[in-house]
Amino acid sequence: MTDLAIGPRLRWGAHDALTMSRRNLLIWLKVPAFIVFTVIQPVMFTLLFRYVFGGALKVPVPGGYVNYLLPGVIGQTAAFTSFGTAISLAMEMKEGVIDRLRSMPIARSAVLLGRLGADLVRLLVTVLIMIGVGYAVGFRFHSGILGPIEMVALSLLLGLATCCISAFIGLAIRDEESVQAFGLIWVFPLTFVSSAFVDVHTMPGWMQAFANNQPISQMVEAMRATALGNPPGAPLSNHVWVGALWMLGIMVVFIPLAVRAYRKGG
Amino acid sequence: MSGAVTADNAIVVEGLKKHFGDVHALDGIDLQVPRGSVLGVLGPNGAGKTTAVKVLTTLLRPDAGRVEVDGRDVVADAERVRHSIGLAGQSAAIVQELGGRENLELIGRLYHLGRHESKARAAELLEQFGLTDAAERRAKTYSGGMMRRLDLAASLVARPRILFLDEPTTGLDPRGRSDMWDVIRELVASGTTLLLTTQYLDEADELADNIVVFDRGKVIAEGTADDLKDTIGGDVVEFAVSDATQRDAALAAVRTLSDSELQVERNGYVNIRAGREGSATLIEVVRRLDAAGIKAEGLGVRRPSLDDVFLALTGHKAEETEREVEAAGVAS
Repeated sequence: MTDLAIGPRLRWGAHDALTMSRRNLLIWLKVPAFIVFTVIQPVMFTLLFRYVFGGALKVPVPGGYVNYLLPGVIGQTAAFTSFGTAISLAMEMKEGVIDRLRSMPIARSAVLLGRLGADLVRLLVTVLIMIGVGYAVGFRFHSGILGPIEMVALSLLLGLATCCISAFIGLAIRDEESVQAFGLIWVFPLTFVSSAFVDVHTMPGWMQAFANNQPISQMVEAMRATALGNPPGAPLSNHVWVGALWMLGIMVVFIPLAVRAYRKGG
Repeated sequence: MSGAVTADNAIVVEGLKKHFGDVHALDGIDLQVPRGSVLGVLGPNGAGKTTAVKVLTTLLRPDAGRVEVDGRDVVADAERVRHSIGLAGQSAAIVQELGGRENLELIGRLYHLGRHESKARAAELLEQFGLTDAAERRAKTYSGGMMRRLDLAASLVARPRILFLDEPTTGLDPRGRSDMWDVIRELVASGTTLLLTTQYLDEADELADNIVVFDRGKVIAEGTADDLKDTIGGDVVEFAVSDATQRDAALAAVRTLSDSELQVERNGYVNIRAGREGSATLIEVVRRLDAAGIKAEGLGVRRPSLDDVFLALTGHKAEETEREVEAAGVAS
């Protein structure tokens, strides 16, 4: 609607983004393979690391490895959420779905926002399930009432930022097989060469420099601080601010890139 | 062009150009589609049909030329154009995992129809397209023909005045094609303006009031289906004579039925161009050959194909355009 003022225009856009989110979530709920990939797999990672590696790993946190692990494996899950973002967008671009939507009078932002919105809801559900499973195998928060909420919010922020990178990759490559083959390979070193699963001090020196300072480590440390170590009234951990800045920086770079790739169409 | 003429046309295209790198996908196209009429855009893969549809439906910006749809410029007024048009083709709007009804209701919501109206419109379209019984089944269980009908229904949710169908029957079996043709004819009868692209001359012949033929980004012919067939000499009556000693007698028997010199082709067939008199000529051929005691085989009337049109109009076959495009590595 060309003539609408800003207010109604925003409402119009929000309505379209919500409709697209609902569509994407409906698809997710109807395909068992997606649910297994997005929910069961993270739960499995949690249990595998807890029981297979957990006994061998010594970590400097109260409550032992399970407390160290849970924020880390949630961080990994947040980053892996972006696989779905990239693959779905690439597929919809290739099959002409996005062109069809662009030929309709829906808000230009709806396809991207609807994708990110649905992926964040999916991540939120997964994170809550993982916290439940974590509790069943010995994980405990040590941070009052706000800590858990902050940790979940940080995991969504990490998910959102990585999804923005992946949205750009999916829209630019436009082929789901290529996306799966090499478009997402960077996620693996970034999640494993980090403090998500092991104490960084056990890595070779040259690797520590990267592992300590890269964004996923910053976010995992921030989540760990909010889950385990934030005494009531104490200031937020430095990692929270550094991590949040990283995430904002990533979004400032990749949202415009994704929007440009989307506008070019299929 | 005067404003009055524009007002009577649902689509006006003048001097449209679009190139991708060195490839001129559209190289100066002019089109006019009067309101309520059907234009068939005929051409092989890579002729520029899909590129033209993408420009007309606001998906691609033209490099040069003027394009108006429903009286509005597709670049300056793209958002309004999107309110007037529907686009369907190869099932892209359908979510395979959702049912037919869910799919249509979602599209209704995207058009801001409201929950109640979205439901009502979905039910109406399912009924109209014979999909009510399959409404709750996931779209991935639909046949190819049902899927195309659902896709077409999706493009009609907001009752567009102008509809674009990009190769709506490519890949369908004959039954699916003829069902689709019936549905399209009904739509056109209700006054919708339609632009349809196709690779099949018979499809354009069945559905379109006017046909334009695209080749390498240019319009190389336009007119009614009959005009086009006249251009290429219309129907062809063909037969073969396997007994080589009878061939001269056969040619002598039918010689007066053709304006041009007849000969036996390399594949053993004699082709007689029969204009619009295919059946009458066929009967006459049978009489004469029978009277001369000649045993003919493979006797029949052949309707001209896209290949015949192309050969007559351009001197090259349709596949040559396809091969060129493949070599250039550009999707149409």
